[in-house]
Amino acid sequence: MAIAVQPIKSGMNVRDTFEPLDIDVDRCKGCGLCVSICPKEILELDVSIVNELGYHPVRLADATACTSCALCARICPDAVFAVFARPRGI
Amino acid sequence: MQPLTSDPRRVIYQRPELLADTSTHYCPGCGHGIIHRLVAELLDEMHLGPTTIAVASVGCSVFAYDYLAVDFVEAPHGRAPAVATGVRRVRPDAFVFTYQGDGDLAAIGTAEIVHAAARGERISVIFVNNGIYGMTGGQMAPTTLLGQRTTSSPGGREASTAGYPIPITEMLALLPGVSYAARGSIADPQWIGRTKAMLRRAFEVQLAGGGMSLVEVLSTCPVGWGLTATESMEHLAHDVVQTYPLGVLVDRAKDVTAAGED
Amino acid sequence: MATDVAVDSTRREDDIVRPILMKGNEAMAEAAIQAGCDAYFGYPITPQAELLEWMARRMPELGRVFVQAESELAAINMALGAAATGARVLVSSSSPGISLMAEGMSYLAGSELPMVLIDVMRGGPGLGSIGPSQSDYFQATKGHGHGDYRVPVLAPSSIAEAVELTADAFEIAERYRTPVIILADGVMGQAMEPVVPVYRMPARTPGGWELSGAVDRPPRVVRSLHLRPEDLEAHNRRLQAKFAAIADREVRWAGEHLEDAEIVIVAYGTSARVARTAIERAHEQGLRAGLFRPISLWPFPAAELSGIARDARAIVVVEMSAGQMVEDVRLAVEGRTPVFFHGRTGGMVPTPGEVVDAVSRAWALTEEIRCNR
Repeated sequence: MAIAVQPIKSGMNVRDTFEPLDIDVDRCKGCGLCVSICPKEILELDVSIVNELGYHPVRLADATACTSCALCARICPDAVFAVFARPRGI
Repeated sequence: MQPLTSDPRRVIYQRPELLADTSTHYCPGCGHGIIHRLVAELLDEMHLGPTTIAVASVGCSVFAYDYLAVDFVEAPHGRAPAVATGVRRVRPDAFVFTYQGDGDLAAIGTAEIVHAAARGERISVIFVNNGIYGMTGGQMAPTTLLGQRTTSSPGGREASTAGYPIPITEMLALLPGVSYAARGSIADPQWIGRTKAMLRRAFEVQLAGGGMSLVEVLSTCPVGWGLTATESMEHLAHDVVQTYPLGVLVDRAKDVTAAGED
Repeated sequence: MATDVAVDSTRREDDIVRPILMKGNEAMAEAAIQAGCDAYFGYPITPQAELLEWMARRMPELGRVFVQAESELAAINMALGAAATGARVLVSSSSPGISLMAEGMSYLAGSELPMVLIDVMRGGPGLGSIGPSQSDYFQATKGHGHGDYRVPVLAPSSIAEAVELTADAFEIAERYRTPVIILADGVMGQAMEPVVPVYRMPARTPGGWELSGAVDRPPRVVRSLHLRPEDLEAHNRRLQAKFAAIADREVRWAGEHLEDAEIVIVAYGTSARVARTAIERAHEQGLRAGLFRPISLWPFPAAELSGIARDARAIVVVEMSAGQMVEDVRLAVEGRTPVFFHGRTGGMVPTPGEVVDAVSRAWALTEEIRCNR
């Protein structure tokens, strides 16, 4: 089942369904490094959104496939990602 | 970001504390963003924030003091190692590092880095080498590759008129005052991890009382190079390393253990 | 920080402290040490190498910082770093080295960092000579680096006065957060004169801007870059207000025989000493001459000079240069009194005889003007 990731901003409450990634949408510059590096190829630039900086920010297209490997976080020049471990059984 | 204290999820990675919560002026895909992040992670992990007095230089990273939340002094172009010397000598207990680009360190600042290294100043130098002058619009740098097109070498760098890329870190590694010199890269997550380990070692050498510790980080300038961010990483991994090989150049502080270990 | 050299404040009234013969460079160095200088950065250059050598010996003795840098350019930048942490810092050099420090001075002024620079002037331009000069007046008061800034400049005319002004310089530097220049020349640097070894250590008051590691406080940044025009203009306005305050409160000058002087000699430093002898001889010849001696070259005692000029028949400016302070004298006098100039360059020192001749000529020329009216 695809879970749409809702990007968080400061002050928002995190929802109950598991999300492996929190993406700070308005810090993303759409450089695409994470898209290239993701081994599952589940990150993409969301061309339907233009963020505050004027870029198409990244979105996680398939949260269930994410293994929380955090390569995206490691390569991101703007520290856009927070990565969380998938709890067992989910 | 707010700390997610009520969040039951187990954190694998989140933004370092000492990385200021603000957008940077760096271009999309710029290596400075990654390197700043590594520095902030290390300062957090090694609890160095309260004792750090850092020296910012001139280049794209001139605003480093807006992005790393530690005490900073701005140095004129190239002079950071001298400014850091002044800080270090009057503040023996501070943690002192410079953050410099290739023009700052290897062009206008060549004398200052050589002599700070010769004196074995107990500072850590973070040398970001992207082979170009980004801030001023993409001109040739001392580390620009032969044949590389820049706005001041539009036909490609020719050795006969513009000389050869300078292996400044190899030169500095010759000096006994340099306790640790290494060259890393941000071309892929594996090398990002190795570079972080090099930076950590450099910081440890300083904390243990060694001489100068220097980490050159091969970095990207997508806009200056005329490549996408991903293409820039490939150029780094395949081309730049031919001129600037990666690895530890010298470690004269081999018996230095990590801070806190005995 | 340096607190271990005691200033002898317990000296009793009837104690006589015997003067000791000291070379100017060394006296200024010791004065800085006694004023609490924490760190010295320098580079050898004639005619002030003895100052560096004195510091090389004394600073390590006291557990303080001494670095012979690889160049004057490096030295001023080391000073910038040390000053940014709140340390009391001294740098010294001479004319060609000061040119290398111009960049650093602009950054120090823009970053509002306190520092004292002792400039022992020699012949120029270029490599020039190692003889004394006053040909860096423009450089000190109107140079050195780029941007809208001023730097207080103090000009001693004796070694004893240089010792006093060194302590004053640190005080002014810290009170206003500015670099301060002590402008001496090769004669003063090299000569030996009696100095009473009683020194002053100005108190320290941390300003809350010093870099010391962000423990229990937000991080601080010492910088001069303000990219937004509105921000840089606001910064420059604050700097200008500071310079106005300095101009208001830190003017220093001295006068001799001015009460009935017809010819006022304006001179500073070594030229003033020559002028003093010339005035004695002038008096013997029946010429009523007096000396107006600026001690602060910036802020220049323009208002005070203007007032005195009103009652004078002529002004004779004497400098070891081709004429630099004379321009500020002309500005101050605003055309009300004729201004004449006598100068020597290249390391030559004017003789009292030359100055007396200049005074006589000024008297004769102004007599002609009056007779022709």
